[in-house]
Amino acid sequence: MDTSVASTPPPDGPSGTEVLAAADISRALTRIAHEILERNKGAGDLVLLGIPTRGLPLAQRLAARIAEVEPVDAADLAGSLDVTMYRDDLHRHPTRTIGHTELPAAHGQSIDDRVVVLVDDVLFSGRTIRAALDALNDLGRPRAVQLAVLVDRGHRELPIRADYVGKNLPTAQGEKVRVRVIEIDGVDSVRIDGGRSNGGSAS
Amino acid sequence: MRHLLDAADLDRDAAVDLLDTASRMAATQEREIKKLPTLRGRTVVNLFFEDSTRTRISFETAAKRLSADVINFSAKGSSVSKGESLKDTAQTLQAIGADAVVIRHQASGAPHRLAASGWVATSVINAGDGTHQHPTQALLDAYTLRRHLTGPGSDGEPGLGKDLSGLHVAIVGDVLHSRVARSNVQLLTTLGARVTLVAPPTLLPVGVGAWDCATSYHLDEVIGDGAPDAVMTLRVQRERMGAEAEGGATGFFPSPLEYTRTYGLDARRLRMLPDHAIVLHPGPMNRGLEISAEAADSSRAVIREQVSNGVAVRMAVLYLLLAGEKEKWS
Repeated sequence: MDTSVASTPPPDGPSGTEVLAAADISRALTRIAHEILERNKGAGDLVLLGIPTRGLPLAQRLAARIAEVEPVDAADLAGSLDVTMYRDDLHRHPTRTIGHTELPAAHGQSIDDRVVVLVDDVLFSGRTIRAALDALNDLGRPRAVQLAVLVDRGHRELPIRADYVGKNLPTAQGEKVRVRVIEIDGVDSVRIDGGRSNGGSAS
Repeated sequence: MRHLLDAADLDRDAAVDLLDTASRMAATQEREIKKLPTLRGRTVVNLFFEDSTRTRISFETAAKRLSADVINFSAKGSSVSKGESLKDTAQTLQAIGADAVVIRHQASGAPHRLAASGWVATSVINAGDGTHQHPTQALLDAYTLRRHLTGPGSDGEPGLGKDLSGLHVAIVGDVLHSRVARSNVQLLTTLGARVTLVAPPTLLPVGVGAWDCATSYHLDEVIGDGAPDAVMTLRVQRERMGAEAEGGATGFFPSPLEYTRTYGLDARRLRMLPDHAIVLHPGPMNRGLEISAEAADSSRAVIREQVSNGVAVRMAVLYLLLAGEKEKWS
């Protein structure tokens, strides 16, 4: 998540290589939405929880695409799950701002016995997802938890894998993957940046 | 931010950020499982040299909800009664491995001394020192005012991201002995609110003219003409007023009845307030003295809510002081 928090993105001038343009992101999300429906045989029990910051708009877009083909309301599908207070690296960074957790109002804001699909922009070490699983634990007991990410860049540090992947992107440890979304950054793009192996890459 | 000693240490952005964090914390306290793993392995010491119920319980609850270990220390029944100095007590706590010390002390400036002396390397949080400061009380008051009076903010959360610009708050009563009043004047003004202190001349501190607020001796005028958005009544701190003469007279006012008639918040004054105005009290209340039972139990009184908000605010303070990287401090 949060690929541009630790490092300031370049002002406007695009740097690095663009690996996904707006149209590619749109196609990937459409495919993921259909894969989710196929795997879960409909949207009956689904809850899509986006991990702030950029997982949240992605979850909302997936929900909107699902609502186009299934008789459900997008607002009843998507919510947000803040994992800040569950992270294991809090003491290694300056204090992080806490985000918003909001479960969809349908089913009395409960995730018990439903299928939760976590949505994030980049899957890297897997530590964000571990924190998300802990956070879910405190909210209820889902029947199953699945993971959808826009980009899987490898370098996992935990036994965690994504069920739905927009694009597998082999990267070097020192490279930075920057996901930008229209809702927050004004543009949809995924860029890969750097190669300066300063080790300070985004999670 | 490493210590929280003084409400004046917070600028507007830091204060709004802290209140926003408190708002996020409050949201987690509505869940079935209220405990968060955030401060697992950290140790918070409550070092209380002065009696306290709600502040100590509130800090203890806040630390436990964030999974920190809590050690409670009260001067009674400790080595302090054998004559141990603050320095030695603090260094003992340091040797035990405390990460934060929450201190309440009867001497103004004791928390500052602890933080600035280099005796200990922990974070120091002021939980009330003498008649000086009580910053977390001011923060929870500001948080309560913001939730009720500023309308919906971002994410639909009441007040999120906002300050208190344009609000008028009347603080009534024993300002002289009140650390709550001093911290509130500083914090509420920082957040853009206008504060009027209302008290008899004997209960206003020397030099109050230099504070960033208005003062008045007449509660009815302030309520009638000033149309405050909130009235905060302060406890009359009779334990700090010396011996009482017959009938409850002190050196500061002739009789409790006269005080109540002139400065007590009763049903009549409650009706004079604007419809949206709320009533706050830092507790513990002297019912029938500074606040009548009608006022304390009315739907406008948010006194119990202040207590719940206190936990969220103190969780936010502990999170902001303790969760981040430590290396930066040294």
